[in-house]
Amino acid sequence: MAKHKTPLLDQLESGPWPSFVSDIKQEAEARAKNEKGLDYQIPVDCPEDLLGVLELSFTDGETHWKHGGIVGVFGYGGGVIGRYCDQPEMFPGVAHFHTVRVAQPAGKFYTTKFLRELCDLWDLRGSGLTNMHGSTGDIVLLGTQTPQLEEIFFELTHNMNNDLGGSGSNLRTPAACMGMSRCEYACYDSQELCYNLTMEYQDELHRPAFPYKFKFKFDACANGCVAALARSDMAFVGTWKGDIRIDQGAVAAYVGGEFAPNAGAHSGRDWGKFDIVKEVVELCPSKCISYEGGKLAINNKECVRCMHCINTMPRALRIGEETGTSILCGAKAPILDGPQMGSLLVPFVEVNKDDDYQAIKDIIEGVWDWWMEEGKNRERLGETMKRLGFAALAEAAGVPVDVRMVQEPRHNPYIFWKADEVEGGWDRDINEYRERHLR
Amino acid sequence: MPLDVEAAKAEILQFCESKSKSKSKFYFNDFTKLFPDAKSREVKKVLTALVNEEKLVFWSSGSTTMYGMAGAGKQAAAEGEG
Repeated sequence: MAKHKTPLLDQLESGPWPSFVSDIKQEAEARAKNEKGLDYQIPVDCPEDLLGVLELSFTDGETHWKHGGIVGVFGYGGGVIGRYCDQPEMFPGVAHFHTVRVAQPAGKFYTTKFLRELCDLWDLRGSGLTNMHGSTGDIVLLGTQTPQLEEIFFELTHNMNNDLGGSGSNLRTPAACMGMSRCEYACYDSQELCYNLTMEYQDELHRPAFPYKFKFKFDACANGCVAALARSDMAFVGTWKGDIRIDQGAVAAYVGGEFAPNAGAHSGRDWGKFDIVKEVVELCPSKCISYEGGKLAINNKECVRCMHCINTMPRALRIGEETGTSILCGAKAPILDGPQMGSLLVPFVEVNKDDDYQAIKDIIEGVWDWWMEEGKNRERLGETMKRLGFAALAEAAGVPVDVRMVQEPRHNPYIFWKADEVEGGWDRDINEYRERHLR
Repeated sequence: MPLDVEAAKAEILQFCESKSKSKSKFYFNDFTKLFPDAKSREVKKVLTALVNEEKLVFWSSGSTTMYGMAGAGKQAAAEGEG
């Protein structure tokens, strides 16, 4: 029988969606049975007490957690988030309930061996409850006590070849899409770049010196499988120069019904015959596609890389041949000033492994130096950009001002010239001007 | 001019001590202001050394991280109990 009565939580289980309440109950039951005969290092009834404290919070309409603390592993300023219950006598199993963040593999490719080791570790030294994955993308292990932290860290780093992730005013665990490992749209090797920058910026990941959190995300194309553009302070979104490659024969095959559109996705119902004009041409956001006389044409200059045509007809259309990445800065969630999407800082940069991505690292470090100098405490990069203007960021990053630095297509509110950037500065001869312009 | 690490350590500890009546946690920026001519990366190295010597500790809310003197503040006693 359950340790605490939880009528309010039980109600959550009745909805149509999978319920975290059911998951926690399942874990509570498994721990009580202890079929593997584990020597649990934190109280066995920790999931029961977690349900109890949550029920109490629902009843009281206020939280019973105290958040934050000095807990961590030695020398690391992130990766562990302290949590304490303010009713420890009522709920001793969750008196401490610290969260541990663990770096996820690039592209989230796991071996079953690793997952088993992770679950075994967390059954033994934690609550057994995990969150796969947190919104940064990392592995979140929920609920352990202070004496377990160094043990968990040792096991992760020495036996599982892994590391803690980022939390606090650190570089957060960088996240990448699957990239070239499985995807033909990939414009650069997002996993390789993610790994390289993770290793390069270990100090920034583990020892906090930023004004606030900072996130990198790597999307190898504009489909944005890790939502870099919306969810990271610095987003690397794959793009190309030149023309989308068109195979007119394959276009005809799509029109003729030989190939299923969208690579066969959305096939759960009958959408009728594929209509290239309605489903591709008219949906192009910059109206740069035409289909006449059985030929598809793209005005590539106007293309805004929405990926829709390529997604719909992947066998007929391919990304351009010269590929690289765009860099966008300043996306964030709505804590201050509302949510922001990233703004384009670098329209195109080569992703060059041969020089160890130096061009990209120079931009990153320029942005960091500026933000660390100018950013206020607890101010995200996007807020500093908004406060000081985009031109200040572009200058800090060493990127020349460019008309493609847009807030959204065809809207460019940012660029202000300085006197020394204009021939003759702001001074001019009024008489000479008046010769050409009557008052 | 590069920072004199030992002098910088002493200055940081003295700064924390002088504020200890009103504050037990400090932002990273509070320390960079002590050394206006030094690069923030140099200041960070000094702070890291002090953490490794167990004179300073990190305090994290989960979203923000601060530095404090080891043993200072309300939570220190509660968190040592394990």
